[in-house]
Amino acid sequence: MIRVALSAEPIDPAALMARPTPVGTGATASFTGIARADDGVTTLEIEAYPAMAEAAFARHAQSAIDRWQLLGVDLVHRAGSVRPGEPVVHVAAHAAHRAPALEACAYLIDAVKSEAPLWKREWRGAAADWVAPREADAAALARWQTSAPD
Amino acid sequence: MPTILYFAAVRECVGRDSETVDPPASVATLSDLVDWLASQSDAHAAAFADRTRLRAAIDQQFAAPDASIAGAREIALFPPVTGG
Repeated sequence: MIRVALSAEPIDPAALMARPTPVGTGATASFTGIARADDGVTTLEIEAYPAMAEAAFARHAQSAIDRWQLLGVDLVHRAGSVRPGEPVVHVAAHAAHRAPALEACAYLIDAVKSEAPLWKREWRGAAADWVAPREADAAALARWQTSAPD
Repeated sequence: MPTILYFAAVRECVGRDSETVDPPASVATLSDLVDWLASQSDAHAAAFADRTRLRAAIDQQFAAPDASIAGAREIALFPPVTGG
């Protein structure tokens, strides 16, 4: 079961987690990324290439399902203006057991960070700066290409 | 004739979010296309000045500079992604 979306509306992780899990689920691992108020950031703006972003979410979800034999993946990412403290992204991996759920959840957020067409811009009052990509994010994804699952 | 989409800082620098172009037949790859677009205006040239900070997708699939654009319907040019 794959449930992915790019959302212009605020993400409610509790509501997403309250949805029924796939039959056979014994472990759900989730991650919620939240906008920080770094250095006086007042708004985090997220620009998306919508059709490609949703296709990328679905592709990453399917690759995680295939690799870890998951029962399902939920992935919702915000677009538009996000205030500090609000969720930017929510990922959940559903599996029979905890190890694949935890690993797949970590893989999914690494994949979204480096391989989905989304761009962040930090607003501090009227001043705006595009966020620069971090080397650590690409390295985090690269480690999944060399480490085989148990 | 492919539609070119621009995102984020590239969009702002070019000054538009999309355009339909009709490049000459000699434009065969993404790299050729970017070279040709850069010759179209100072804004395009500035947007594509640093190729190390330019990424692309052909019909919604990430693509390398040497990828062929033959038959492409939608080509997107943008900076490295920063979602998540």
